[in-house]
Amino acid sequence: MLVILVNLMENMKTKQNNKILEVDNLVKDFVLKQKFSSNSPGILKAINNVSFSLNKGETLGIVGESGCGKSTLARCILRLIEPTKGSVKFLGKNILSMPKEEMRQLRKKIQIIFQDPFSTLNSKMSVGKIISEPWAIFKDIVPKKDWDKKIKNLLISVGLNIEDIDRFPHQFSGGQQQRIGIARALALNPEVIICDEPVSALDVSIQAQIINLLKEIQSKTNISLIFISHDLSVVRHISDRVAVMYFGEFVEFGNVNQIFQNPKHPYTQALLSAAPTVDFSKKKEIKMLDKEPPSQINPPTGCPFHTRCLYKKDDCVLTKPDLIKIDNEHWGSCHLIKNS
Amino acid sequence: MNEQKIILDVKNLSVQFKTLHGLVKAVNDISFDLKKGETLGILGESGSGKSVTVSAILGLLEMPPAEITGNIYFDTINLTKISPKEMQTLRGKRISLIHQDPVSSLNPLLTVGYQLCEMLKVHQPGLSQSDAKKKAIELMEKVKIPSAKERIKSYPFELSGGMCQRILIALAISLEPDILIADEPTTALDVTVQSQIMDLLQELKSYSNMSMILITHDIGLVAENTTETLVMYAGKIFEKGPTEKIISNPNHPYTQGLIDSIPRDQKKGEKLFVIEGSPPVLTKMPKGCPFHTRCKMKKEICVNETPLLKQSNDSRLSACHFS
Repeated sequence: MLVILVNLMENMKTKQNNKILEVDNLVKDFVLKQKFSSNSPGILKAINNVSFSLNKGETLGIVGESGCGKSTLARCILRLIEPTKGSVKFLGKNILSMPKEEMRQLRKKIQIIFQDPFSTLNSKMSVGKIISEPWAIFKDIVPKKDWDKKIKNLLISVGLNIEDIDRFPHQFSGGQQQRIGIARALALNPEVIICDEPVSALDVSIQAQIINLLKEIQSKTNISLIFISHDLSVVRHISDRVAVMYFGEFVEFGNVNQIFQNPKHPYTQALLSAAPTVDFSKKKEIKMLDKEPPSQINPPTGCPFHTRCLYKKDDCVLTKPDLIKIDNEHWGSCHLIKNS
Repeated sequence: MNEQKIILDVKNLSVQFKTLHGLVKAVNDISFDLKKGETLGILGESGSGKSVTVSAILGLLEMPPAEITGNIYFDTINLTKISPKEMQTLRGKRISLIHQDPVSSLNPLLTVGYQLCEMLKVHQPGLSQSDAKKKAIELMEKVKIPSAKERIKSYPFELSGGMCQRILIALAISLEPDILIADEPTTALDVTVQSQIMDLLQELKSYSNMSMILITHDIGLVAENTTETLVMYAGKIFEKGPTEKIISNPNHPYTQGLIDSIPRDQKKGEKLFVIEGSPPVLTKMPKGCPFHTRCKMKKEICVNETPLLKQSNDSRLSACHFS
């Protein structure tokens, strides 16, 4: 009996340990400037009850149109923007209630790579300085005498040359600048890297190099990635699980095959059909979204997607669908899912 | 229908810039033509010379530093020989352009209605304000902007990126040009909006038998929207021919590499194909084939001799020693 209990507890422990990041009912409301004419300030619901967990060594893709809250979510996880409600747990500890110094220490563990590589690098610093700056801030990571060696190792691991150490950001191409950004993110041995559209500004041939590099780093270090992109083919390639975001919410969530081969939410279907393909053999069935996303200041009633949905029913206008389980690990929020 | 009239004929066009770092050969002896009603795709990475080519066609390059050689025939007019004044009457009226970034292409201090009316009045002197406004609303309806009557008073920042792009399209098509050049028209937009904009362009094109040049680095966009394609690299044309043939069966190793490096469902989880290295610096062009520094099929001949654009077996041209 005792053995079983111990086993069970052990099991639970490993299961819990596997989860590196847990986001629970995260909400971010932006309060808008008060207008003369109105007496109550407007509220923009940027993120609305988002929950998910990230496992060790896993890649979670987040897709959605601009303005759906992808980047706000990334910044809320890092507390670059303070969330309004909810919790973000890193290895079981709630980040949001952490005191300043503890949070600062934790930033080592969660790093971010941005979309535009050039503007994220200080143009007056050499590459060596850019990569070693984190060590100057967190002094316990690498002793100063090893900096030179470690920088060179990092440069090699992201596919740059050792001689690049004294060069400046403007002397590199966009793809190489993104590699520098990745090297800087890796300098502190993080456990999670949030990639906010890391390849959107790059050419196709360079994009493939960066995706391969991220995959390679992941297989070596078992790092977890949150990969935000509007490019569905890239997300499909790199992710284990995918969340489709619309209007500040996850409207569909599942593993990559469930989302791409068996999309249940009409929005996911529309997104997939809108992406251009190079396959002439596949006849395209367009499930076009004619209108633009609704205003976030005056959100529509019921399902936020009903203004653009092809399968709209009366129910959709009145009540908001919950995120319900469709299949093992596959979740969706649509009235149609319930009925089918 | 088969023998369509050639509306734009570019012959041996080269564009060079004299800079402090040396001579930049942005476009290097390219020739192509555009038929009436045709959509031509120009595919290439950044720095391949796509935008410089169309800027040369539109007479938008400042000379110096730019130096243009070769000829560009539009109908019977040689665009490289006419004065800037004459060019101004053609630009917008017969050849017009849509830019990549819709929001920054519009004046942020003026309403979209003002900008539409201003353009109409410049090209049609004597048009009254009320007629111009009526025409502007008509144009906005043509590009499917909902409630155009109210939106005419909007400033660009009040509209979404997709809506601003529609305004730009309205500006570009208002004078019914013969050629519409779309320079990365949807790069700054979401996929859903992208497909709306491309559908709109196709629809407008079919009304008026307008020709279109679509410049992009997105292979999928070229595949779905064009009939003919040019692949450019380092200021040169690498491959040219019917889009479907080029994309389903590329002749040039560069085109092949580009297509292989797109993530696709059947390759999920595998390592993506990568074209090693990066495009050459235009001031230090390598000898021989400009692609030889990155090419997997490189032989001695590639380092020494520049391949010419030559006809291969099936009505397309490619510039590789081995195709």
